[in-house]
Amino acid sequence: MDELAILGVGMHPWGKWGRNFTEYGVHAAHLALADAAVDWRDVGFVSGAITIRCGYPGYVSGSTFARALGFTGAQVASSYAACASGVTALSVARGQILSGACDVALVVGADTTPRGFLAPAEGDRPDDTDWLRFHMVGATNPVYFALHARRRMALYGATPEDFAMVKVKNSRHGVHNPNARYPKEYGLEDVANSPVVSDPLRLLEICATSDGGAALVVSSMDYARSLGVRDPVRVAGISTVTPTYPDTVIDLPYLATDSAAGTEAPDVGFKESIVARAYEEAGMGPADIDVAEVYDLSSALELDWYEHLGLCEVGEAESLLRSGATSIGGRIPVNPSGGLGAFGEAVPAQAIAQVCELTWQLRDQAGGRQVEGARVGVTANQGLFGHGSSVLVRR
Amino acid sequence: MTGNTRQRVPAVEGFFTIGDEPHLIGGRLADSGGYCFPLHLGGSDPGNSAGEVEEVALSRTGRIWSFTNSTYPPPPPFIITEPYVPVVVAAVELELEKMVVLGQVAPGWTVDDLEVGMEVELVTGVLHEDEECEYLTWQWRPIGDRPVSGGGDSDG
Repeated sequence: MDELAILGVGMHPWGKWGRNFTEYGVHAAHLALADAAVDWRDVGFVSGAITIRCGYPGYVSGSTFARALGFTGAQVASSYAACASGVTALSVARGQILSGACDVALVVGADTTPRGFLAPAEGDRPDDTDWLRFHMVGATNPVYFALHARRRMALYGATPEDFAMVKVKNSRHGVHNPNARYPKEYGLEDVANSPVVSDPLRLLEICATSDGGAALVVSSMDYARSLGVRDPVRVAGISTVTPTYPDTVIDLPYLATDSAAGTEAPDVGFKESIVARAYEEAGMGPADIDVAEVYDLSSALELDWYEHLGLCEVGEAESLLRSGATSIGGRIPVNPSGGLGAFGEAVPAQAIAQVCELTWQLRDQAGGRQVEGARVGVTANQGLFGHGSSVLVRR
Repeated sequence: MTGNTRQRVPAVEGFFTIGDEPHLIGGRLADSGGYCFPLHLGGSDPGNSAGEVEEVALSRTGRIWSFTNSTYPPPPPFIITEPYVPVVVAAVELELEKMVVLGQVAPGWTVDDLEVGMEVELVTGVLHEDEECEYLTWQWRPIGDRPVSGGGDSDG
């Protein structure tokens, strides 16, 4: 697969600003275009990640952003894939560029979120598993996160302190990030003193919902060369794979797993398969990775990702964390941005923000959170309804 | 308060039977022999493209794969009964079906009473009620003695 050049990146700071999502997306887009030194009128394709919480303009986000930037006749599309929406939008842009339909594309996602638990759309919908899990069980998102945390405790002897250490590590990273919503260092006691939400997970270990926006300007390698950009950060792999039947690990928003009674479960589980596809496209593996941005929807889920990424053997994530390897300055820093713990989640922007962070890291522009000498980075992300994404970027 | 005369009905039809030995209503895929739950949402087996799913009773017992609770009241469409008692949720592994099914844990059991691997059976319990009916859902209940723990220590 041919690579893409990342010409520019931009973000609107995460927060609870309560303004229109378009404003965040346009802010991020302007920064990304300026970073790329690309004129908006030269962009041939606008790829919007959809927000489902902001009415019709959110469902047609690509057009909403395009109009706010000024209609130029560019082609447009809008994508929704839950938390993986941003990378789905990037994937659509890649298709446009590599097919020759355009030279340079703008990828944008932004959200304005309500307070509290994310809940399903209104109305009685007993055919909708997302409605059913709330109505019949009371299974919120943190319930699913906690099931996985408890499982680590039972299988690998993980402790609540291990989970808290993830939050503490990421908060130390996030202090150096001007786009983070919570640029504050937390200690183990802070975590222990926050209320339990879903046992064993506490409030400070569960991702909040945030407002924010992120954007990328991407192009063909030829177009980058024509602009005189010789050594851009490149997208070497994009994964948006679905699970392979039977997926035997319970996940959002289902009431049950698939059954392995008729068909043997695949050797590689769903989350591992998300990353494996990005590695495969790039012709790389875990040993090549210098830095990773992973989806810490909860502190404990970051530990699962260490294993899905192949950074350590299954069951050894707690040891890897405690060794300091995943802190900045360690062997393989994870979430130098501060992760979701420092940001909270702005759903359609989040997977794009992961790519923004790695781009800054690979350009040596990450300031106080810089991972020294980073040349290859990978993102990992999970949505619901069988969505997830991974992007491999390199210099 | 218990409303003995009130009718006991499933909160949503088609998920479980009611009676002395309730069971979940699942599906068995005609081609592959795999199972699914709920029945009416089928499965994701690409080998079952004809989509034929036979209604079956799923196993009434299984072992806890993992468990947790929700100390804050879940948002709608969950219906809260005041005062809110934290919902306890278990993911339960069914041996024959080789699948894991979520469900509430029966009232009276907290996370301190549960362990991964513990054997549980299917019961029905009240999800919410009004003047005419008690609306039921399926719940998992540990097999054996009643819980002794009063809560407090969350290191299960």
